[in-house]
Amino acid sequence: MSTATVKAPQSSGTSPGPGAGSAPVKPGADEGRIGLRANLRHISALVRRNALQIKQDPESMMDALLMPIIFTLLFVFVFGGAIGGGSGGSSRDQYIQYLIPGMMGMMGMSIAMAVGTGINEDFRKGVMDRFRSMPIARSSVLIAKSVVEVGRMLVAVTVLLIVGFAVGFDIHGHWLGMLGAVGLTALFGASLLWIFILLGLTMSTAQAVQGVSFLVLMPLQFGSSIFVPTGTMPGWLKAFTDVNPLTHVADSARGLMLGEGAVANPVMWTVIWSVGLTLLTAPVAISKFRKKT
Amino acid sequence: MTREKTTNAVEVRGLVKHFGETKAVDGIDLDVREGTVMGVLGPNGAGKTTLVRVLSTLLQPDAGTATVAGYDVVRQPRQLRRTIGLTGQYASVDEKLSGRENLYMIGRLLDLSRTAARKRADELLERFSLTEAAKRPASKYSGGMRRRLDLAASMIGRPKVLYLDEPTTGLDPRTRNEVWDEVQNIVADGNTVLLTTQYMEEAERLASELTVIDRGRIIAEGKVPELKAKVGGRTLEVRPVDPGELSRMVGALAQAGLDGVSGATASEEAGVVTVPIVSDEQLTAVVGLLGERGFAIADIATHLPSLDEVFLALTGEKATHEDEKNELEEVAA
Repeated sequence: MSTATVKAPQSSGTSPGPGAGSAPVKPGADEGRIGLRANLRHISALVRRNALQIKQDPESMMDALLMPIIFTLLFVFVFGGAIGGGSGGSSRDQYIQYLIPGMMGMMGMSIAMAVGTGINEDFRKGVMDRFRSMPIARSSVLIAKSVVEVGRMLVAVTVLLIVGFAVGFDIHGHWLGMLGAVGLTALFGASLLWIFILLGLTMSTAQAVQGVSFLVLMPLQFGSSIFVPTGTMPGWLKAFTDVNPLTHVADSARGLMLGEGAVANPVMWTVIWSVGLTLLTAPVAISKFRKKT
Repeated sequence: MTREKTTNAVEVRGLVKHFGETKAVDGIDLDVREGTVMGVLGPNGAGKTTLVRVLSTLLQPDAGTATVAGYDVVRQPRQLRRTIGLTGQYASVDEKLSGRENLYMIGRLLDLSRTAARKRADELLERFSLTEAAKRPASKYSGGMRRRLDLAASMIGRPKVLYLDEPTTGLDPRTRNEVWDEVQNIVADGNTVLLTTQYMEEAERLASELTVIDRGRIIAEGKVPELKAKVGGRTLEVRPVDPGELSRMVGALAQAGLDGVSGATASEEAGVVTVPIVSDEQLTAVVGLLGERGFAIADIATHLPSLDEVFLALTGEKATHEDEKNELEEVAA
């Protein structure tokens, strides 16, 4: 190897920043570390980017706005009467009480699913190269995306609750419980995001991401207590629904918003699942993102 | 290798990057002196983009070392990223965002304050003649505007070293000129630029020094005039009004025996006579002679040697694609 390593003098010792009119560099930039405040500023700039993208392309909000409406109407009016057991209004009303809290976690999961395709598409555009060649923590790109997706989840949950109230859902004044349920949904949804981000980074095409995501989604949604109580299911299926986090999220929301049934146990399991999934998948996703070429 | 005390903005030693069997970069040494423009010329797949991606910390090298502004690409990627600007082969802006929002976002990511980021964005929009289109989403921009926005984005942080990875690939000639003008302005400000290109013309116009690479290896390097001298001059193409006169024109030129002019050929398909020339005097002499002899000329054009011809001249090897248009094949003579 050659020895003619003549270092540029102004950059070897002092900070690389303060050349004539350079971008101001935070103290401590010598080691290239990115401070917490700078990191938050980067994330907020990227959140702004993602939000502007939605503003530019309002159709991308369609899923968050329409899905809760369609699912509510479909399940309440198509299945509601029959599932409620009787034939008439009161059984449907009972089903509404059961269904609306149950579907909150489902909103989180369905919105989270979309992030995988988004990340996958992003990667085929040069803008990712620009971000990754800039002096920002690479994780901030993913964190910003997650923040915006959690925002979209909250929109979907809000629409769900509004539609629910419109068809007769009644929380009997458990407003705090409702806030708690919304918060829990966001926590759970945020943890799911990392799984789908990981999928988006791993699979080669956006279509493949969508296909696989759907395969994961369906059994989890229906093999849970979201739509019907699990009591009538065969033992093997019940074993599955009992560990399915969507069951815990649905049961927590019911407990919190209706004031009936167990609360502590499903809430605990929801938190354990959410934190566990995040701890398990977020570091893998971020390191994969860092190394992706 | 120069031992004099020059400061190199970019130093690459024995750089290797393989993708499985493919040796994308296979042992490259490269010095880019501060304040100069180094052109890296090579065909598709020569390893140009891989080189740039290693130098912008997007890829890890398999062997060798590379430093930019004194920072090692492997050990000091964070510091290195503060010193570079990257304009990729594909316009790397967010298509859904407006020009101004794109530049503002990058300013914020480079730790400018809100006001400073806004000011810098407007400044660069102005400088790259994008003020009018500032509020439109980048997806509505023309190819040239997109590249200009991309250049502006790379300039926000006043980088020490700017990478231009095939800045005009896929642009029409007029737009290409537009982008070249902007790049020349950037160069005139004393920036250090590493330019990759497939076009000899682009390299000649923008770069002061050239490195020609093929299949991940350097096949020639030096100052542009030196390399040009090796390669030879231009090709003159003359199109007679009557294609039937092609061979008579060649005959007339051969007969006249103008100083240093030889090897004129007629191309029936293209309907032109091509003459290799090395000076403006020869150009004048050839055109003058054809005029004197009463040929009716429909069109005259000169061409720099194509990349294939450069390769042929530098390596003595046949260029990669044989079925290239035959109108420009005599230059290397």
